[in-house]
Amino acid sequence: MNEGTEAEQAARADVSVARIFREFLVIGAISFGGAVPYLRGRLVEKDGWVDDKEFVEMLSISQSLPGLNATNLAILVGQKLKGVPGAAAALLGMCLPGAVILYVAGILYYHHGDRAASAAILKGVAAAAVGLVLQTAIQLGRRSLDTRVDLIFMGMTVVAVDYYRLSVLWALLGVGLLAVLWHNPRQLARQRAAKAAAKAQGAMAGIAEAGPA
Amino acid sequence: MSQIPTLIRVFAYLSILTVGGGMAAFPEMEYLSVDVHHWLTKEQLIHLYSIGQMAPGPNMMMIVAIGDWAGGILGALAVLIAFFLPTALLAYAAGRGWKKLETWPWRDSIQRGLAPVSIGLLLAGCYTMAKGAITGTETAAIAAGVLLILLHYKINPALLVAASAVVGFISFR
Repeated sequence: MNEGTEAEQAARADVSVARIFREFLVIGAISFGGAVPYLRGRLVEKDGWVDDKEFVEMLSISQSLPGLNATNLAILVGQKLKGVPGAAAALLGMCLPGAVILYVAGILYYHHGDRAASAAILKGVAAAAVGLVLQTAIQLGRRSLDTRVDLIFMGMTVVAVDYYRLSVLWALLGVGLLAVLWHNPRQLARQRAAKAAAKAQGAMAGIAEAGPA
Repeated sequence: MSQIPTLIRVFAYLSILTVGGGMAAFPEMEYLSVDVHHWLTKEQLIHLYSIGQMAPGPNMMMIVAIGDWAGGILGALAVLIAFFLPTALLAYAAGRGWKKLETWPWRDSIQRGLAPVSIGLLLAGCYTMAKGAITGTETAAIAAGVLLILLHYKINPALLVAASAVVGFISFR
């Protein structure tokens, strides 16, 4: 559809709502194993509708908000391209294939789920799903947890939900509020200052070391 | 029929808990749909989530099946709308407001503060899932294998899901 960069730029300037719907419908239908890599591949690399920096920013907004990352991203990109109709088309396209597939799969499972073969397959997949979620948590943790206090907040959330059986809502509000207050603007400024000071000191040490030699 | 208002209430509530990802709402989803409303069993919920892993699109789409079982096709539609519309409106509003908040110092605080909590919720959801899914050495080995492969190689998770389905078919029948 896009023959060259000129066509791409033209597309970026005015993408029709139908085109947005079609593109997200395709992503919704092919994104096996997690939608985010597919969204990036098509919206950033193939279509050029958002650039890489914008995509990362949209992803980080999506992760701080309630809602699935895939649908939040669809809304943010759709909104950027065509406002309310764009966001609606993107959301609908993203959800439609999976919704139809799982509606049918749900009916099939309801009637045949207790067969030995399907129970065996699903047992394998459920175990794999645990590994998948753990990997996602580790990946997110590596990227966004950089102080020891963050690990404490993370641990508090797990213990609150799984050990004290606190509702997810209260864990979210309680520990969330605590963590936001801890990372208050003054604290963040202090952290930045400390980091800058450490960097400066490192540079000084480098000079001092280099000096005598 | 009478289940539809309840479905809407439950799934609209669950949707606001999905900070950081759908799995964050999993413990509450299990509690509400299994223990409180008896729409399905714990095992069925884990199975539906697993079926969702094999399908494309957003990963919590299996809620459609819960809606269908509890309230037919209208139930499925009600659940879809209840689960996706409120957070969609929120994302839309945030998309418009986020840039303007760039100079608001608490914006960074909120992002930094919610990160560890959302990862904690993800882990809590994972633990709830694991309690039902990890039943012995074989399932633990599958989970560990998937985790280790993903940590060391860049590979599409869907391939590992498919491989685990095959392993399950061979060893658990």
